[in-house]
Amino acid sequence: MQHEERVRRRRFLQVLSASSATLLGAPACATTLTAPTLGAARVIPQADPTATTKATAVTSGSGPTQSAATQPASTLSASAPEPALTLNPTEYAFVEAAVDTLIPADDLSPSGAACGVAVFIDRQLAGAFGSGARLYRSGPFLQGKPEHGYQLALTPRELFGSTIVLVNTRTQREHGRSFDVLSEAERSAVLSALESGASALPAGQIFFELLLTLTMEGFFADPMYGGNRDKAAWKMVGYPGLPATYQGEIADYHGRRFDRAPQSIIDFC
Amino acid sequence: MTTRLKEVDVVIVGFGWTGAIMARELTKAGLSVVGLERGPQRSTAEDFGLPGVRDELKYVHRHELFQDTQQETVSMRHEPSETALPMRRLGAFLPGTGVGGAGSHWNGLHWRLLPSDLSLRSHVTARYGRSAIPDEMSIQDFGVGYDELEPYYDRFEKLCGVSGQAGNLRGQRIEGGNVFEGPRSDHYPNRPLHKTVTGELFETAAKKLGYHPFPAPASNASAAYTNPEGLTLGACQYCGHCERFGCEANAKATPNTTLLPVVLADRNFSLRTHAYVRSLVYDKHARKVRAVQYVDVRDGQEYEQPAKLVILGAYVFNNTLLMLTSGIGRAYDPTTGRGVVGKNYCYQVGGGVQVFVEGRELNPFMGAGALSMNIDDFNGDNFDHAGLGFLGGAWIAAGTSGGRPISHRPVPPGTPRWGSAWKRATARWYRHSFSIGASGANYAHRRNYLDLDPNYRDVLGRPLLRMTYNFRENDYKLSSYCSGVAARIASAMDATIVSTPNPRRGNFSVTPYQSTHNTGGTIMGSNPRDSVVNRYLQSWDADNLFVVGASVFPQNASYNPTGTVGALAYWSADAIVQRYLKAPGPLVHA
Repeated sequence: MQHEERVRRRRFLQVLSASSATLLGAPACATTLTAPTLGAARVIPQADPTATTKATAVTSGSGPTQSAATQPASTLSASAPEPALTLNPTEYAFVEAAVDTLIPADDLSPSGAACGVAVFIDRQLAGAFGSGARLYRSGPFLQGKPEHGYQLALTPRELFGSTIVLVNTRTQREHGRSFDVLSEAERSAVLSALESGASALPAGQIFFELLLTLTMEGFFADPMYGGNRDKAAWKMVGYPGLPATYQGEIADYHGRRFDRAPQSIIDFC
Repeated sequence: MTTRLKEVDVVIVGFGWTGAIMARELTKAGLSVVGLERGPQRSTAEDFGLPGVRDELKYVHRHELFQDTQQETVSMRHEPSETALPMRRLGAFLPGTGVGGAGSHWNGLHWRLLPSDLSLRSHVTARYGRSAIPDEMSIQDFGVGYDELEPYYDRFEKLCGVSGQAGNLRGQRIEGGNVFEGPRSDHYPNRPLHKTVTGELFETAAKKLGYHPFPAPASNASAAYTNPEGLTLGACQYCGHCERFGCEANAKATPNTTLLPVVLADRNFSLRTHAYVRSLVYDKHARKVRAVQYVDVRDGQEYEQPAKLVILGAYVFNNTLLMLTSGIGRAYDPTTGRGVVGKNYCYQVGGGVQVFVEGRELNPFMGAGALSMNIDDFNGDNFDHAGLGFLGGAWIAAGTSGGRPISHRPVPPGTPRWGSAWKRATARWYRHSFSIGASGANYAHRRNYLDLDPNYRDVLGRPLLRMTYNFRENDYKLSSYCSGVAARIASAMDATIVSTPNPRRGNFSVTPYQSTHNTGGTIMGSNPRDSVVNRYLQSWDADNLFVVGASVFPQNASYNPTGTVGALAYWSADAIVQRYLKAPGPLVHA
């Protein structure tokens, strides 16, 4: 069931992407496509702050057209359609499935994608970080020891593109399906193999570390970057966020739990 | 085409702590001073204000205030026989850029060295004999003694409004302070910061074991403070966003808060930002530096700024690079041991344990950069090294510098890094865990040094500085021993879980953050065979050139270097004003 819905969703994204490119000569654009249409295609459903174990259903259990149809307009506008900035539909589906595997939905928080982590990653890869800001990119590019750190000529964005193709090719060969439509157990196994190096894919471990780093950043960063939606991660651990001025509180709450509904930078703008 | 500017009295390369101190002291002496800073000017109001300054992603993980490795980095190899590769992204250390330098985003741990640290080779030889120092361990004396430096330590602490508890006041030991410190002429200007539950747990356990816990000296003002320059620091808000951030409360002492307004108001001073220094114009015959060549990166225009006196006040790497590219002094050769520029590059060696205390409310997000309880019982030569097989030690501490959640996600050993089990552990322990860290000394080794990379270049076309560096036997043993002490303290607590000690193992890696306490390369000493600058930080090869900063440390002690960097800058400035200006020439005759 889940498998078929993921396939249907990805095909839908691909068709929409192709048609909008034809129509507009450019990536899908919110100003020309109507919001409901785009929302149906790319909306990342807003995490329900009260969501419990059913949160999985929010991301993958309901097909895109259904979710648009069943959501009231007010929710739609609140959850603002999220056009992908750089990832293509296959890459986006991969990232959503990956962050849902790294951060599964449970009683502690909605899943990674439901928390906006895929949106975060897309934005990061589309921006300065993804295009190699603060990355020394002069050659020669040589294979070093792990202690030399990152030594590839690829930008983070390019590394995502190249490795996702390799992983999907591998899962197609081994499972007959792309990564995003594997079962959760299968996805976990693929990610574990990347993490340990057992996958033996070129740059597989380097990619995994980047994916995990971006996922954790997206989950825990200020929500203004697109992830940590509804401050789900901050609520999960009990981080109060802003304004973080504790001159009096540090003594008042000495040895006592300080609890406050977290606030983000957005709440002060 | 290079524009040649009118000569000034002094040009200063780099405008962090040392540049600002030198600018203040030399303008006060009536000299015309130009400061050259490669980065931008930033202001508290515009750049470090609420709410934007509380952005962990931007400041910690996207390196907003740090040197841009796309423009300039170092290369690294472990042994002279290997090919170095560039550090393509910052990781292990985070040099600053811009006015204030790393001084605008440091944590504020404000230490003095131990008297024995400053006279290390003499001290070790006297206590343990010459044979206690391995041939490969090229440690030296600084050439300046603690008693000489003490007034300058005191002065820098008063500039910064340091919060702390004296442990040795004019020879009188005071319990609750660091009883191992050298004698102080005065108290700290501010009371210690608030003692957290984490600090109390550490303190109780350390006392139970017979150690001497004390609060770390902090350049985070525990109360509002007006310094001798007439500038006021605000009180620390315990926001937990110190290291890598600017301070909206102006409670963290930085060059920008403690000196800059006074320096900028002086008509003898002018600051040029975006001024990227290419090289020093060296007249070898006359043993003088004639000018500094720099590029204004806003329009690419090249300038030559002649000066009577040149202060090199950049970070360790650029101080060394500029000496090498300008041909001042002889480059160090590890095979012969001859030459001095690039010699004795050192770092620091960490270690420690993670502690989990169920039921104790730690509120980890309330913290300050230097808020910690420490012991110095196993630091420097405060303990007997006979039979231990290593020299030096570590400060060992438990602190609360902030629970920023992208970085602070402690989980017990064996927890997966993702998935449901990871989530459960993260949610359970976020508020109930802290580390006991050991910050260890790193003693110089003949094969650890800096020189010019033959393969890689920076945006100015200069060779990258090449770091040949690895941890050595002394470092592994020191880290293992001090991590063991940390574990002993943890075991003396009523902790739910204590991780296994995590001493430094394996090769040095540029990837995980370890410490921005790089030292050496232009070391100070008592003669030109062993050092680049004399005890007043004056170049042996150009008497109108002074090199200031941690690049002059002959080896690294365990302490954060800024307190000593500031004290040495004042010491050197005093020598320039009191002696050099009256009779320009070598202050020490070789």
